[in-house]
Formats: sequence, structure tokens, C-alpha cells
Amino acid sequence: MSFKRVVVTGLGALTPVGNSAQQLWDSLIKGVSGAGLITRFDAEKFKCRIACELKEFDPLCHFDRKEVRKLDPFTQYGIVAAEEAIVDAGLNVDTVDKSRVGVVWGTGMGGVLAFQQEISSYLEGACVPRFSPFFVPKVISDICAGHLSIKYGFCGPNYATAAACASSAVAISDALMLIRLGKADVIVSGGSEAAITECSIGGFGSMMALSTRNDDPLTASRPFDKDRDGFVLGEGAGALVLESLDHALARGAHIYAELTGSGLTADAYHITASHPEGTGAKEAMRLAVKDSEMQLTDVDYINTHGTSTPLGDVSESKAVADLFGDHAYKISLNSTKSMHGHLLGAAGCVEAIATVLAIQNGVVPPTINHFADDPNIPQLDFTFNKPVNRDITFALSNAFGFGGHNVCLAFRKYL
Amino acid sequence: MSEIATKVQSIIVDKLGVDEKDVTMEASFTADLGADSLDTVELIMELEKEFDITIPDEAAENIATVGDAVAFIEKAQQN
Repeated sequence: MSFKRVVVTGLGALTPVGNSAQQLWDSLIKGVSGAGLITRFDAEKFKCRIACELKEFDPLCHFDRKEVRKLDPFTQYGIVAAEEAIVDAGLNVDTVDKSRVGVVWGTGMGGVLAFQQEISSYLEGACVPRFSPFFVPKVISDICAGHLSIKYGFCGPNYATAAACASSAVAISDALMLIRLGKADVIVSGGSEAAITECSIGGFGSMMALSTRNDDPLTASRPFDKDRDGFVLGEGAGALVLESLDHALARGAHIYAELTGSGLTADAYHITASHPEGTGAKEAMRLAVKDSEMQLTDVDYINTHGTSTPLGDVSESKAVADLFGDHAYKISLNSTKSMHGHLLGAAGCVEAIATVLAIQNGVVPPTINHFADDPNIPQLDFTFNKPVNRDITFALSNAFGFGGHNVCLAFRKYL
Repeated sequence: MSEIATKVQSIIVDKLGVDEKDVTMEASFTADLGADSLDTVELIMELEKEFDITIPDEAAENIATVGDAVAFIEKAQQN
């Protein structure tokens, strides 16, 4: 059997630098930082007091009061972004064969706010076990995919992927495979995260994963800079409508780009630290290029995972330098996390959107907040501080997760 | 309307997101007020908390209308 080609026909984003895919893109090419002091809770006693929070998001503009109570923010964000992507794709939900439409959705932490609130209320209530019947269906990681199927009547494959910060990249890779194999015509895929809570900031903080540049939040996320000190937690969602090329052409859909391949590996090394030589990352990129039936020298642009942590940025840049050799220095790289922060399980999709829009617009958004070169990092072209115009035919988007998961997605201009 | 009935009504309006005028004594949680099985469980728990009473599962099964809930709470508070 021959595999079906898969294309991107719809984008949706809810991020700290824009509440739609277009607003996200506008901020990325302007180099806007979404970071600030945490307002979600009193972070006074926390080592890290900064995050990239959503701006001007009011759930009551999207859901009624009863729905808001039953949906953890990670699900609210996911539904909002997915709706934008479905509308953007021009997918007619009345006429599409809903048995052939699926949802594959990633999240790293799931309903962590609902979990924290319910446990707190149990302890405050002198441990009387009065758990809300909505507790479990708010917390479980797959519930966003479930809600989307109920909202639209999509009856195809429906589940969640969990690979920490690579969760939505895994979701997109799974969607690619499902459509290639003919298990569905259309998959709404992506991920969402709403983890700016006491327990997440506290937990990631204890791991020394977060930037503590509390006196200057705007420059805290500085991937590949000498003085980077950790990531800045973000929140929000990204969504793609992926469909078989045949299906997209038959309905005359606008095609943003082709999703040509993916590479998935494990470091098999440490629960949180990336392999120092980036062996798993390197192999994931190699596999994504091979899966696309392209050559390493075809790669024009890489949207890196680039979290701004001391170790991760070194191993990823070493992986790129090692895999691509001389060509590595001709590739444009960036980390859009310098602007929107680290959206954990939603990061892979939000950055896939940035990659697709970079291809469509012929512009590489900058890695902002670069002040000093790090001698431990190969001096690749990280697109520091200013966007560059570049015709991009073939691009990669990396996402790596605690647990040692590595995912690389490959997109090609659709001609 | 009794004090208990008024309080029950406001809890239902809040939890089920319905109009106050629809919360009559005869209104059924599931047939008239759009509650599903999970909503009903949550409502019963909220009534337990607000009125500081215990509603055993067997009793909860017989509470189908707003009036049933008010009657149960009135009786429970007399005891």
C-alpha cells in the first residue's frame, strides 16, 4: 500500500504573546516577550516568581459559567485553539464524514490546577472525602480530546499523548501516521497546558529548571545565551488541522505546508537531564529527514527546543553541529521560547505553528534576549535578536521531554 | 418561599447554570434543569456542605426534584 501525504490546513493558537495564530506570528516577528511577574497566585515565597501568562483571556467569552466550572483551564485553552484551527481550515463540520475525523491531543501535566484545588479542599475540609464528581474528568490528560469529539461529533481516533514537553509533538507525529495509514482523513492535533500553579512552579523550581531572573522577566528566557539560567514557564495551546492531501484538495482547502515526516527516539540516559552529546536529539532529526525522503543538506530552518536551560541548549546545538556538519552553519535556527516561554506539552505544537508560518511567510523569527555568546555552544546561526528573511523549503521543529523523549517534526513548503 | 428553599434555589442556579424562574419546587433536576448524573451528585454534595447534613446514597436516589431536596433538608434539620 502507498502512504497518503499529509498537509496542514488549519492553525489555532492561544499563547502568552497572542491569542490567535496570526497574533502569535505578529509578536514573534516583532520579538515580543510574553514574560512577567506571576499574577495567578502569590509567588512571593517562590524562588521563581516569573512566567509567561496568557493575556486578556476570559473563559466566559468562550464558555458558559457551568462549563467553566467543569473544564480545567488546560481543556479550556485546548478547545479555544482547536476551534480556531477548525474554522481556519474551513472544515465544514456539517458535511465532513465525522467518522473519519479524529483528535490526538497532547498535554504534559493535564488538569494540574484542578488536582491541586481538589486536594487542598479535601485537606481544608478536615479530610472529609467529599470529592467533586467532576474531579477526575477535569484532571485526566485525555479529557481535552474527549471534549473536542463531543463538541464536534468527531468519531475517529481519539486520545491523548504524554511525553512531557514533547507531548504535542508526539500527538502531531501520531496524527501523521494515522492519516498516512488511512485510519482517518482529518486529525485535529496539538496540545495545551495550564500549569502556572503553586505545585508546578514549586516542582520545576526545585529541579532548578526555571529561570530566577525575577528582577528582569522580559529577558529571562534567553536560549543559547551565555547567562541563561533556566526556562520561563508558559501556558496556552496550539492546534493544527492535519489532513490527507487528497482530502484537502478535494475540498479546495488552503494548504499551509506539508507534514513530511517525524523522528522519535529516547535518550535512555536520565529522567530529566538531556544526553550531553544530544545523541537522541541527533537521531530524531536524522530520522525525521529520512522519513521525509529528503537530505540533511535540504534543511533550511530548525525551530529548536531551546528552552534556555544551561544543559539542554548545549546538547541540542551540539547535536545539530554534529549531525549536519558544514551544513549546520548554513541552517537558520531559532528558539521562539525566548518570546512565548516554555508551554510544556503545548510547546511542540505552538512551535510547529511557528515553523509552518515561517515557511509560508519566508521569515525566520528571532531568538530574542541574546547578550553574550556561550563558548560551550557551537556558534550556529541562531537568528539572534532580529528576524531574517529567508526562503524556506524544508524545516524541522524539535521537542524534547523529561523522561528523555525526543521528537522532531519535518515540514516542507507545499508547491 | 422558606429560607431553606431560597438557599437551595440559589445553589441550583449556581451549580446548574439555570434561570432562577425555572427552579420551581416541581422541577426535576434531570428532566427540567438539564443535570446529568454527575451534576446531580455534585449538587447533593453541595447541599450536604451548605446545610451541614449527610444525605446517604439511598436517600439521594429519591431526590429527583427541587421540592424533594427541600423536604429532605427540612426534615434533616428538625432531627
